[in-house]
Amino acid sequence: MATSATIHSHAPQGFIRKYIFSLDHKVIGLQYYFLALVAVFVGMLLSILMRVHMIWPTAVLPLVGEIKPETYLSLLTMHGTIMVFFVLTTAPQGGFGNYFLPIQIGAPDMAFPVLNMLSFWTTFVAFVTILAAFFVTGGAPLHGWTGYAPLSALTNSGPGEQLGADLWITSIAIFCIASLMGALNFITTTLDLRAKGMTMMRMPLTVWAWFVTAILGLLAFGVLLSAGILLLLDRNLGTSFYIPLVVVNGQVMGHRGGSPLLWQHLFWFFGHPEVYIAILPGMGVASQLLSTFSRKPIFGYKAMVYAIMAIGFLGFMVWGHHMFMSGMSPYTAFAFSLMTMAIGVPSAIKTFNWLGTIHGGRVRFQTPMLYAIGFVSLFVSGGLSGPFLAQPVLDIPLHDTAFVVGHFHLIMGVAAIFGMFAGTYYWFPKMFGRMMNETWGRIHFVITLVGTYCIFMPMHYLGMAGQPRRYSQFTELAYLKHLIPLNEFMTYAAIVTVAAQLIFVINLFWSMFKGPKASDNPWESTTLEWTTATPPPHDNFGGRTPVVHHGPYEYSVPGAPRDYVMQTDPPTVASH
Amino acid sequence: MGLALLVIIWLITFVSTYFFAAKTWWLPHGASTSTPWIDHQFALTYLLMGIVFVAAQGALGLFVWQYRDRGTATKVTYSHGNTRMEVIWTALTAILFIGLNLMGSPIWASERFAPAEVGSVPVEVTGMQFAWYFRYPGADGKFGRTDPKLMDPSAGNEAALGLDTADPAAKDDIVTGTMYLPVNRQVDLTLRAVDVIHSFFVPQMRFKQDAVPGLIIHMHFTPTEVGEYEIACAELCGLGHYKMHGMLHVVSQEDFDKWLATREAEKQ
Repeated sequence: MATSATIHSHAPQGFIRKYIFSLDHKVIGLQYYFLALVAVFVGMLLSILMRVHMIWPTAVLPLVGEIKPETYLSLLTMHGTIMVFFVLTTAPQGGFGNYFLPIQIGAPDMAFPVLNMLSFWTTFVAFVTILAAFFVTGGAPLHGWTGYAPLSALTNSGPGEQLGADLWITSIAIFCIASLMGALNFITTTLDLRAKGMTMMRMPLTVWAWFVTAILGLLAFGVLLSAGILLLLDRNLGTSFYIPLVVVNGQVMGHRGGSPLLWQHLFWFFGHPEVYIAILPGMGVASQLLSTFSRKPIFGYKAMVYAIMAIGFLGFMVWGHHMFMSGMSPYTAFAFSLMTMAIGVPSAIKTFNWLGTIHGGRVRFQTPMLYAIGFVSLFVSGGLSGPFLAQPVLDIPLHDTAFVVGHFHLIMGVAAIFGMFAGTYYWFPKMFGRMMNETWGRIHFVITLVGTYCIFMPMHYLGMAGQPRRYSQFTELAYLKHLIPLNEFMTYAAIVTVAAQLIFVINLFWSMFKGPKASDNPWESTTLEWTTATPPPHDNFGGRTPVVHHGPYEYSVPGAPRDYVMQTDPPTVASH
Repeated sequence: MGLALLVIIWLITFVSTYFFAAKTWWLPHGASTSTPWIDHQFALTYLLMGIVFVAAQGALGLFVWQYRDRGTATKVTYSHGNTRMEVIWTALTAILFIGLNLMGSPIWASERFAPAEVGSVPVEVTGMQFAWYFRYPGADGKFGRTDPKLMDPSAGNEAALGLDTADPAAKDDIVTGTMYLPVNRQVDLTLRAVDVIHSFFVPQMRFKQDAVPGLIIHMHFTPTEVGEYEIACAELCGLGHYKMHGMLHVVSQEDFDKWLATREAEKQ
């Protein structure tokens, strides 16, 4: 604390110290945010190329040329990896978490500012490393974002499995290190740097979500890091952690006795908590916004906190539900399936409480709120396909089909992204001191909501009809042919939806420079970031130390002079 | 905007539900003994989740419109929640989810816990980039030895699996690229993979199981209708994944015996 105070008593001068190697959590938050923004456009571009290839396999595209089936697999591998790591993990936690967690708890900065800077720049190195995989001989790997061994562990199992695959796993390993540093920082900051009066049970639900996400990250990324190092050893030093005796294209390989399932266990031990790493911050933002824009306290604050904890805890006990068809003992399926159904309960509690928050409120339809409502809708839709996939017996027809792709895209993809949009429209005035355009925000919302449903809802139908995932074409199997028109529809929907994201980007950058000036608290919110200047000064509160007297969601308190009570308002303002 | 949101959310809900309910795209026609069980569990799950889906989306659309800001006249209920409601919906959700799970468990147990019955047809399925091979043990009922060093994928069939002809048990083994099974008899599958993970997926048999290098996995199913059924690979296995397919011919017992005899004759 003393150290960070000394560092931060003077704002650094000079462009490089201020904007590049900055120690200020706000600048680092923005760096994460813009890194994720670049990454999401790369990821979206890859997905559009995939969808175009599925429908017009021989089309010659400008700049790209003709996409081959193996290129399609590289695209899906890179799409998944970039989206999961550099968007869904980076923006909600690294971006918004970094910027707003310290301010929302009344701290001048993160606990370890240097570690924070290192964490960002390590993430940046990981991002450059993964992009490099596109440009090396053989191209990017084709083993999917899950990188199942031995496909990923052998260097001759397909194009892209040489240097491209090494870069892929190296990038993930570097990302793990970055995330571990970030997680430590978040946890320490939350536990140690809360302002006077900011008890744990007065923390905004966003802070709870970032805090629990950081704990998940700390426990999950270490395992993935180890798994990745073993994979690198298998690939480069001839070890056999994941590779048994295999014969590739008639050639007997030198490996003996390894277990392909070991990779799956380690990967999903990380991979399932990762789903919650992606979605918990979105849940936090949705809770914050639904309460703020309904002008009503969050329904069941304590239940929400316990639900976040329960999701985090159970999230570590369900990884086997990705492996019901893997050859793992069928008896374990009982336990994993039961745990998975159990994790649906706190998720349902959250949904009920969001509806309960809106019920009886006075809903304001500003753009951030539209995205929070969209988040709830997508969370419900994506969540309810979960109980299908959680049942081993239904995984027999559904596992590894488009149904799964539709499920996780709705819930951890689009719902999480709606959380980010909600966060962007909500916090933009605080971050940049100007308002975003409301009209374009609404247009962007409607097209994106309807568009994403048009892309991802049909995937459930395709999966039921038996369309396996990761197929580049549907012409080889007769029973898939009648699904091609539906696939065409999804491609058109994807093109329109992706094009509509330009509205967002233009609105973002235009408003940054030309938007109307924002007041300190444009949404009449209650949490601490709205008590300080816009944008916040270097030490967040301009030399003041906030003292907290109220819970985070005191809206429409009877007898209070306004319809909201700031967390720092004197205790006499309202009794509750 | 409240009304617009209501319309959009309800419309999305209606259209999504319509295509499920109308079964425009549904599970393909099933032709195995497990089909009715799996399909019933699927339909039940679909019905229950469908009700929750429509109720939750319906309420979301309704609430945002009903409780829209209508100026200062709108009265807000100042409430931090309702513990009784929380307990009720937590309990209901738990019963729904866990009950559904328990109902599906016996089907899973019968599919995966019990070994194949006596008298079932033994077939070994081997996945390799990018083909399925099927081996029948011949009259001796024993699968002969295979040797990785003898594997020659370009030669196909017996040579692709590296069948060691020095082993007497291997002499009458038949290896084909097309699977034949007699109708109404259980098949005793032995699943293997030689290079990477593949997944043996026969949608119309309601059957899927990964074939994993280094593991020998035993499974079973029983076809109930004569016909031709497509086999797909459901686990990403490399650049030819999308075209790694095979065909399952379910025929009468006589036709199956005839087919086996012909293949044996060809081999001699």
